[in-house]
Amino acid sequence: MVSSATDVRPTRSEAPEYGVRPLVRVRDLTIRYDDEPALANVTFDIHEHEIFGIIGPAGSGKTSFLRALNRMDEFTPAMEFDGRIEFDGHDVRHMRNLYALRRRIGVVFPLPVGLPMTVYDNVALSPRLSGVRKKAELDEIVERCLTRAALWDEVKDRLHALGSLLSGGQQQRLTIARALSQEPDLLLLDEFSIAVDPVTTMRIEDVLKELRDELTIVLVTNLVQQARRLADRTAFFLMGECVEVAETEALFTGEVREQRTRDYVEGRFG
Amino acid sequence: MFQRTAVNERNTRVQMLVRLLFGMMTALLVLPVLIILGLLIHRGGPALSMEFLFDEPSNGMTAGGIMPALVGTVWLVAVALIASVPIGVAAALYLSEYAKDNWLTRAINLAVINLAGVPSIVHALFGVGAFVLFFKFGTSILAASLTLAVMTLPVVIVATRESLQAVPQAFREACWNMGATRWQTIRKVVLPNSISGILTGVILEVSRTAGETAPIMFTGAAFFLPFLPESVYDQTMALSLHLYVVTTQVPNVPEHLPYGVALVLILMVLALNAVSIGFRTWLRGRKKW
Ligand SMILES: Nc1ncnc2c1ncn2[C@@H]1O[C@H](COP(=O)(O)OP(=O)(O)O)[C@@H](O)[C@H]1O
Ligand SMILES: [Mg+2]
Repeated sequence: MVSSATDVRPTRSEAPEYGVRPLVRVRDLTIRYDDEPALANVTFDIHEHEIFGIIGPAGSGKTSFLRALNRMDEFTPAMEFDGRIEFDGHDVRHMRNLYALRRRIGVVFPLPVGLPMTVYDNVALSPRLSGVRKKAELDEIVERCLTRAALWDEVKDRLHALGSLLSGGQQQRLTIARALSQEPDLLLLDEFSIAVDPVTTMRIEDVLKELRDELTIVLVTNLVQQARRLADRTAFFLMGECVEVAETEALFTGEVREQRTRDYVEGRFG
Repeated sequence: MFQRTAVNERNTRVQMLVRLLFGMMTALLVLPVLIILGLLIHRGGPALSMEFLFDEPSNGMTAGGIMPALVGTVWLVAVALIASVPIGVAAALYLSEYAKDNWLTRAINLAVINLAGVPSIVHALFGVGAFVLFFKFGTSILAASLTLAVMTLPVVIVATRESLQAVPQAFREACWNMGATRWQTIRKVVLPNSISGILTGVILEVSRTAGETAPIMFTGAAFFLPFLPESVYDQTMALSLHLYVVTTQVPNVPEHLPYGVALVLILMVLALNAVSIGFRTWLRGRKKW
């Protein structure tokens, strides 16, 4: 299911591969916890350099999808999935080197997880794990990632303070900086703004818009308007079903296939 | 509006009564400890002197000091720690960070807990059979310490597992998500944040080991041996056994002597506990989340 040329927005004309190459292909994906399905028979593509929104009420299987993509089922005893998820042409289910897969996918959780170490070490952790030792190189990575996450100015004087002493909004940007330090091809954001004030949310949203040029983003959000502001295309999940996937604007202008989508987008149920 | 009602009155009275009752129970708990300490200091205090600490027993153990027993206890505890800490910590790491939660893991956990409930005399018999006879270590510090190690292993495992599990799961997931292996996650995130708790458990174990008598009695501790041990294959005196000997086995022991031995043993244990409490306080101050 390769997208047609009409998917290409005028602003993205400088990225010729846009719309041509899907970075993630999901085919008949079913996720179960203890044989209880959390997501059933889902099929869609996520294109390179797009922000792919996923909206839907709590318990729809949004987080489960992200966990399957990152193969976190390995750490969730009850979790199993069938079907196919391809990342960059490789079936993640049969990938030998899951560490390499996870390094190419950055994840941001709903609640910021500042690791119990300094701001600097938080961002330097991933490069260090993959073998970067030189201080100058690490310094450069830390500054670049914190800058891209719009946090550098606020923390540049306390890089060696504990990350967990930052405010909630700062910690969430620290988490984003840490994810960026992996130099991922794909960034997964799971309801990142739940514990973040509106001003910081706006700053992070601006950051995401800029990041679109460099990587692909899956944005799970409980705020329908956030998906509208950011996502190129959006999927609507409802109780373990992917109701529809469409150009985001189409969802909001009523060009939907399903009445349920219209109802959710217009806030008639939740 | 803020008038006291009958219900208020009764609640207040009940609350005071409950508080009084709990307070009395606490006093009841503290009392024996205070009495024991007071008695030991009163009766054993006069026995403490440089000679008492640094001389060998003499005159059929009715005079002289306790040096060989003091040094022997340090040996026993140290060798027991060297054996039990690496094994215990590794086992706890495996159970908490690697093992899947299945019936086997649950059975092992249950076994560990039950091992902690086995009477020390049973461990002593096991020690004789396993270390003295089967491995042919003879009655030696090695055999006695290994027996102590087996006995205290569950304490180390449980204490370590608890400190590991106090590290929030979210930290591990964040680490795994960036492609870290389990071992990298343990080294970079889990251990640095649980090491102080693990050490606290280890120190508690030390104090327990120092006081044990039965497990070392048949495996390596000597009745009377006025030399300092030179290797783990030597037998040695130990404070706990010495206390038992001078109280029950030797005639005409002056009264202050056993109290002095007991006081030294208890001061040693208290000092270790103080270190462990200090450590824990320091750890709380450093808590990073
Ligand atoms: N670890 C788990 N064990 C068992 N069931 C789970 C687990 N995680 C999620 N679920 C179930 O899967 C369904 C989807 O959950 P989730 O993916 O978290 O939805 P969402 O992120 O859309 O709120 C829910 O019914 C939830 O109860
Ligand atoms: Mg969720």
